[in-house]
Amino acid sequence: MSVFSLIIINKAGGLVYQREFQPGLRKLSTNDYLVLAGTFHGVHAITRSITPKLPLPVTAPATTPTTSTPNAVSPSATSTPAPSTVTHSFPNPGIPATGLETMETDKFRLTCFQTLTGTKFLLFTDPTMTNIDVIMKKIYELYADFVMKNPFYQLEMPVRCESFDRNLTGWLRGRA
Amino acid sequence: MTQPARHAAMLSISNSGSNLAAAAEKQQPAQHLHTQSQSSQGLRVPSNRKTIYDRHLNRSRNAELSRASFAFLFAEMVTYAQRRVTGIQDLEKRLNEQGYPLGLRLLDLLFYRTMSSSTSSSLSSSSTSASPPNRPLRILPLLHLIHGPLWRLLFNRPADALEHSVSPETPNEYMITDNDPLVNTYISVPKEMSMLNCAAFVAGIIEGVCDGCGFEAKVTAHNQPTEMWPGRTIFLLRFGESVMEREKVLERAGVK
Repeated sequence: MSVFSLIIINKAGGLVYQREFQPGLRKLSTNDYLVLAGTFHGVHAITRSITPKLPLPVTAPATTPTTSTPNAVSPSATSTPAPSTVTHSFPNPGIPATGLETMETDKFRLTCFQTLTGTKFLLFTDPTMTNIDVIMKKIYELYADFVMKNPFYQLEMPVRCESFDRNLTGWLRGRA
Repeated sequence: MTQPARHAAMLSISNSGSNLAAAAEKQQPAQHLHTQSQSSQGLRVPSNRKTIYDRHLNRSRNAELSRASFAFLFAEMVTYAQRRVTGIQDLEKRLNEQGYPLGLRLLDLLFYRTMSSSTSSSLSSSSTSASPPNRPLRILPLLHLIHGPLWRLLFNRPADALEHSVSPETPNEYMITDNDPLVNTYISVPKEMSMLNCAAFVAGIIEGVCDGCGFEAKVTAHNQPTEMWPGRTIFLLRFGESVMEREKVLERAGVK
């Protein structure tokens, strides 16, 4: 049950923050972290673009009450209406494709969270760890507070905010 | 109000004299607008014809402000002050000047509210619950006013410490400590500007309050981090010669 490290990638794919909280992963050189950030950004974009679009009738309400798996919904939705009036939608109507969300090895799990503005948070945790979304939400909250409200932070630039570091480590230590 | 004029004259290096004049000018149109709000010429009036000047001053007494919106506003103020500055001292001076007119005005609001509240206040030691509190005449009541009521008005809690300089050479220096200033909550100052403390804005407010009371003073904010309180800030109040002289006279006269 441990959080190994956090990486923040800006919307252009640049590494803006990298920090290790607990040992457990091998260290990379700064250059390798930059490559990792850029590569992940690209892979994420590809996974998003290969997300299949499901044909849906225009007349059908956008918010279908069935929020079950898209595979179960698609055959019933596509079979009945005429194909000429069909438009396309992502598996979950109303929610755009998210792209790669988790990646797992037997030593760690990588969880990615993308904000609405395109900033990506990558969290490296123990594979057995649960409730990662709670941690992710808190990290996002701390980022919104201590990075975005800091007048000395320039958007899209590397994050060097002492109070962000302090509150992040403090909160994670309090959890462990 | 001869005191602020003298203060402005003494600060020949800074242009806070013009700042003061600006504050005085601003107050003039404010009263002007008040009378004009009925005729509503050139002033946008809400549909119910109630402007901010029609509201009772105690209306926002217990109202609270969103911390996030204040943080964003203050961040913009810092960014604004940062434009074309020559250095950290210049930046702190600008922040101070933003706070100064606020302090002058807050003082009146503070007196008004303390007077109208029926509960006996801790404004000054001499005030009883029946009579309205007086304007502080000596330094100590003034400092208590800042440490207690002013801090509660601004930050909803009193300041953390009030000290007098121990050095015999600087009897005119007093220190007010805030362990975690609200204005600095979300601010991380970059390493190359480590001397900067954005609470210079609050120092400006204190300076305005002191000047408004007729105590000419220079107030600065200094970082004094501890293990427990990384954002601890000390506001150093340096009173002018004239204030110290008057203080001696008043002490002899037994004025409290």
